[in-house]
Amino acid sequence: MRWETGFDPALYDRFPTRDERPKEEEEELRRIWCKPKGWEYLFAVNNNYIGIYYLGTAFLFFLMAGVLGLLMRAQLAAPMLEILPQGTYNQVFTMHGTVMMFLFAVPAVEAAGVLLLPQMLAARDLPFPRLSAYAFWAYAVGGLCFFASIFVGLAPDGGWFMYPPLTSKAYSPGINTDFWLLGIGFIEISAIAGAIEIIVGVLRTRAPGMRLDRMPIFAWAMLVFAVMIVIAFPSIILGTLLLEIERAFGWPFFDATRGGDPLLWQHLFWFFGHPEVYIIFLPAAGMMSMIVATVAGERLVGYRLIVLAMIATGFISFGVWAHHMFTTGMPPMTTGFFSAASMAVNVPAGIQVFSWIATLAIGKPKFNAPGLFVMGSIVIFVTGGLTGVMVAMVPFDWQAHDSYFIVAHLHYVLIGGMVFPLFAAFYYWIPMVSKRALSERLAKWVFGLMFLGMNVAFLPMHLAGLQGMPRRVYTYLPGQGFELPNLISTVGAFMLGLGVLLFLVDLARNFRLAPGEGNAGNVYGGGTLEWLPSELYSTRSIPVVTSREPLWDDPALAHEVEKGRYFLPRSATGRRETIVTSPLLAEPQYLQIMPGPSPWPFAAAIFTAGFFLALTVQAYMFAWVSGVLAVISVLRWLWETDRPVEIEGVDIGADIRVPTYVTGPASHGWWAMVILLVVMGMIFLMALFSLAFLSSNQPGFWRPPPPLGEAISILGLYAVAIGLALTARACLRRSPFWSVFALLLSAAVSSAALGMDYVSWSSSELGPTASGQGAVVYALLALQACAAAIAILMALYCAARAVRGLVPQPRNNSIDLTMLFLVYTAAQGVTGALVSRLVGAGG
Amino acid sequence: MTERTLPSEGWPPAVLDPAGPYSEPVTLLAWVLLAGGTVILAIVLGALWIALRGSPRLKTRLGGEKAIWILGFAFPSVVLTGLLVWGLMLTSSLSAARVPEGAMRVKVIGEMWWWRVHYQDGQGRETLRDANELHIPIGQPVLLELEAADVIHSFWVPRLGGKMDMIPGRTNRLLIEADAPGIYKGQCAEYCGGPHALMGFVVVAHTPADFARWQASRLPSQGAGGEGLALFLSSGCAACHTIRGTPARGLAGPDLTHVGSRRTLGAGILPNNPGTMARWVADSQAIKPANRMPAYHQFSGEELQALTAYLVTLK
Repeated sequence: MRWETGFDPALYDRFPTRDERPKEEEEELRRIWCKPKGWEYLFAVNNNYIGIYYLGTAFLFFLMAGVLGLLMRAQLAAPMLEILPQGTYNQVFTMHGTVMMFLFAVPAVEAAGVLLLPQMLAARDLPFPRLSAYAFWAYAVGGLCFFASIFVGLAPDGGWFMYPPLTSKAYSPGINTDFWLLGIGFIEISAIAGAIEIIVGVLRTRAPGMRLDRMPIFAWAMLVFAVMIVIAFPSIILGTLLLEIERAFGWPFFDATRGGDPLLWQHLFWFFGHPEVYIIFLPAAGMMSMIVATVAGERLVGYRLIVLAMIATGFISFGVWAHHMFTTGMPPMTTGFFSAASMAVNVPAGIQVFSWIATLAIGKPKFNAPGLFVMGSIVIFVTGGLTGVMVAMVPFDWQAHDSYFIVAHLHYVLIGGMVFPLFAAFYYWIPMVSKRALSERLAKWVFGLMFLGMNVAFLPMHLAGLQGMPRRVYTYLPGQGFELPNLISTVGAFMLGLGVLLFLVDLARNFRLAPGEGNAGNVYGGGTLEWLPSELYSTRSIPVVTSREPLWDDPALAHEVEKGRYFLPRSATGRRETIVTSPLLAEPQYLQIMPGPSPWPFAAAIFTAGFFLALTVQAYMFAWVSGVLAVISVLRWLWETDRPVEIEGVDIGADIRVPTYVTGPASHGWWAMVILLVVMGMIFLMALFSLAFLSSNQPGFWRPPPPLGEAISILGLYAVAIGLALTARACLRRSPFWSVFALLLSAAVSSAALGMDYVSWSSSELGPTASGQGAVVYALLALQACAAAIAILMALYCAARAVRGLVPQPRNNSIDLTMLFLVYTAAQGVTGALVSRLVGAGG
Repeated sequence: MTERTLPSEGWPPAVLDPAGPYSEPVTLLAWVLLAGGTVILAIVLGALWIALRGSPRLKTRLGGEKAIWILGFAFPSVVLTGLLVWGLMLTSSLSAARVPEGAMRVKVIGEMWWWRVHYQDGQGRETLRDANELHIPIGQPVLLELEAADVIHSFWVPRLGGKMDMIPGRTNRLLIEADAPGIYKGQCAEYCGGPHALMGFVVVAHTPADFARWQASRLPSQGAGGEGLALFLSSGCAACHTIRGTPARGLAGPDLTHVGSRRTLGAGILPNNPGTMARWVADSQAIKPANRMPAYHQFSGEELQALTAYLVTLK
């Protein structure tokens, strides 16, 4: 094997070590990673806590959205019922979809990642614990406030897809829609924060020796999942932003009468919305692959095939979005492409399903609780996949689209592809965090009711759809044959509900939270590292990984790990820390000193939520105060990080020494910043796409942009800004003050360039409210202004750190990351200035 | 004329009970897909059964990468490729990208929560305005030009063809054709807020002779008028509704010139008779909440009777 970092793999042979580790080491680890007390539970950042909070909250949203679903089924049990009046029903179905997709499904799998990944990878924590805490609290507070809107009749009622012009100010004047746009837009930010955490966590904090091809399949799934979030979610963030701006300021992005186009929203929404389905499915499939192996008691058949299949799913899923738009009048050529991609995406799903079946076939499958849910999931998911092939056929979709056939299809896919795997996961991993496992006896009832109820509820909907029953109807007229299938569906839905209720009873009886020590342990006999004995600091020592199922291959491993005979059997620096390893071969690179509990991420989340909430209810003063406090809280939390190091290099076991501070592309901070810049780049790219889309669909409204010549001086300034930012790194060798001076100057020059760009456009007499073109051009300028404002803030932050002597020479991460951001800002500015002048210039 | 009652639908399901050349091939496709899907589901269930309970020999054959390649990759790839080719061919043959010779043209505009119907001649000139009911001759393709006045709607008559969205700022085209005379239910398929659930309509297909007779009967109002018309004009109805041949020229609501001859009221939701007409006028909000027509509680019983008596004569 080629060396990735120059680390000598022969060093791994030093483990397990022979020596007896002193008892004090373990006590020190306990002290450093201690349990919170009282209020401190709010400020905990450790993944054992945040993961549980996160998963619990997501499950709460599942229950609440489920109740909304039952209300809908009650209303539709018979024609022309008045259990839910029209307006209420429209809010309820909008919330059911929105909450299930945005507040349950994505956060639930993200939460599972936060909870399980460090354990599976044998890291002490995720690389950015405070970011996890922030993402969780932002989601929990924002989500609960958003959900509460239904109790006061202010919930959004435009459908979870929020198509304008129905959701424009003209047709939805209330703040209901704003709740959706600001609430969901905000929660997406937290999803992205989680995704960054997961990517860096999976690629950089694996146990030494855990090469990519030895990584648990769930970690692969989470990696693909997180990358997909980074690429897909910017589209919906931009979409919600644009629609909110249209509603608040009248910029006509989606208004066809003023040179916008309602179809632009549909493209932006579904470019996010369809990958979203796989974003939900892949982690669940990853869980399935883990559980199937344990249930069968055999290694997963086709590990490499599954990994390839998941990556292929990720790619193909970005070519299927317009299959939600087959009835919008797209040309047959276009629909043909999306139809082909929609069919192709079934192939990797088929590979995964048959890998699971193959694994069950070679093993001795047990019909325990996780096993039942795994098998049920396969049946339901395959059924949904087959109806998926049907609706991928364009002519059939013309009939099925927006009918109850689709309602049936999507529930089969999502319940089979996500809910059942999640329940399997609950049963499988709860012994890892609870004193007792759940009841196997009750599980048979839970499974039976859920499986039967699910099929009774959703199978008849296929028929209702073929009978001509459209979706999103608060009632239906008698005499169309809809009565019987609807009544059966309602009965099934309540059976499903009963199954979930029984699960809650089981939870109440048997779930006793025991993060860290005292859990029920490996009751199903899994072979991966999360089943090592662990406490709040994770495992006593971090093992060398030589296979995919280390616990099956080395029965002594658990004992040796517990005795501290592997990496990092102590705290080397007296603080929280984990080993950062290389992305491919997981060779130890350095010791990351991790931030501990802090009230500031919590405060930042509360104030961020307050900012968005206040914007929604138009309390602008409160919004600005809240926003400023949020920024201060974030800066305050960062202030304690990236400190000058006292101990340069440490022994992480068996005399293997690594540094405790690394800068540049090897550092985890650099990776996170690069991913963040990809997110920002995607947002900007989608805005450029919007401009191109409107120019080709609304050419009648297009005005010639200012001449390209005007952009030359703008480009020149941005080039200077890039140059200045790049010198900041070199300047740090000389003096921190020179370095921050270069950063500040770069931010200032970037801002000046933006100012020139703005003046050039505003003197062209094209205003933001004039047309779709004007709206997008000024939206590009506004995005650039955001980037410039953040750049200035970051440069000032570095300056403040320099003044307080917190910028050590010759290299410093804060300086590096600010430099990266400044370079990106200028590059984005150049792109915007050029493209906005080129699009439609010929006409 | 064709029969006057609304058909009781539901069985066979509309999508599987085609009534024209633009729905029939899709029905065949649907049956093939349903049958094929069932077979494949059975194969997967069989494989799962073997995995759980099968003989060791079968389990070994199923439990390797070869089985995954065959069942999970090769088999779906072949089936899907075949389906894709069929789908592409069918898509282009059914789409309105090519309009057949002699197609009748009608513009249908979706409104919150009803339908404007503008009949056109061969040159695309408007010949007649109506609402919530589309009359077509059998055996002749009909090119629908679909537009939206406010938000997105979708035109769907399952027995005659697939659906097509009506999007503000665009004109989408859809072909339908009926083989036999009859009444075909239609429904808005794109969620359009409020009473989207109650935005229906009917397509009435006539024999060519009947269709010609129907066309000839579309003359401006010859109705007696009298007290009913006077009330109509004095109570504000005319602000939104047109009755050709009278001073009523409102454009916001459905054209009522032939409202008496429609099969339904309230956009496809009530049978049309004097009783339902009176109920609709007096309190349409109770029947179709949030629709754009205010309730007219102010009419006395006699007034309501006179107005209804007039409206039902508008054949």
